[in-house]
Amino acid sequence: MNLESIPLQAFLIVSSLLFCIGIWGLLNSRNAVRVLMSIELMLNAVNINLMAFSSYIDNNLIQGQVFTIFVITVAAAEAAVGLAILLSLYRNRVTVDMESFNLLKW
Amino acid sequence: MSIALTTQLICFSILSLVIIVGALGVILLDSIVYSAFLLGGVFMSVAGLYLLLNASFVAAAQVLVYVGAVNVLIIFAIMLVNKKEDLKPIDNLKSRRIISTSICLTLLSLLVRVDSTDVWNLASPSTSIGEDSTIRIGEHLFSDYLLPFEVASILLLMAMIGAIVLARRDVMNQDISTGLPVDQELIEKAREPLLVKKK
Repeated sequence: MNLESIPLQAFLIVSSLLFCIGIWGLLNSRNAVRVLMSIELMLNAVNINLMAFSSYIDNNLIQGQVFTIFVITVAAAEAAVGLAILLSLYRNRVTVDMESFNLLKW
Repeated sequence: MSIALTTQLICFSILSLVIIVGALGVILLDSIVYSAFLLGGVFMSVAGLYLLLNASFVAAAQVLVYVGAVNVLIIFAIMLVNKKEDLKPIDNLKSRRIISTSICLTLLSLLVRVDSTDVWNLASPSTSIGEDSTIRIGEHLFSDYLLPFEVASILLLMAMIGAIVLARRDVMNQDISTGLPVDQELIEKAREPLLVKKK
């Protein structure tokens, strides 16, 4: 790669930071809506990775961009179903606290 | 990309700063509404990064789907479930925080270590199709990625029906076509919490 562009590593480090922030939020949030937001952050980190590799390594066929579009599709479906599950949980438990959702806990 | 390198670097720095600070705000702020709006800002900045990578179509899809649909959906969910509640304190919160933070930091250091290696054989920028990426995506979607494209439409249909069934509130007392009473055992009763009473 010539020096006329941003290094690929910069994009990868930004996406790693975003992914780890997402995991931290997923593990530490008590509000169920915030857990869903953390999942969206992690999906975005993966998308940045795919786009960076597609632009720097596969810049003629850009299969990474097609993959990103599929990930965006699946993320939209995941958000819709996740929020519907959250609403029905809230209707049954009258709380969004993650600690109170322990039906399947051993 | 026809923009000069300095401009690209400035744009990249600002966008990554907004992404990281916004993501930290999403998970650390107390108010969930602020988190939702910051999440919209993070999505917009990610779309800006896509523009820097010569992917105008994916940037537009990101703005439309994430900011226009997912973020609005999250804000609606917050409006529906937003109730001030006093969370019960959990006893081993501190050790939990320490363990999860150390896991995240370990993962981050591993990822940064892998990121900073230089083993990828980068393509030469002369083969780049640049601004024609939208045409190439269209060719992909209707030739070698046709099956995933069609499966994605079925997935969206299933997600739509599933979300409607899960989030439906009103219960019909009688079947519309026959007029007979519907078996209420199978339908979730909207007014009665099913699990709270069982104590």
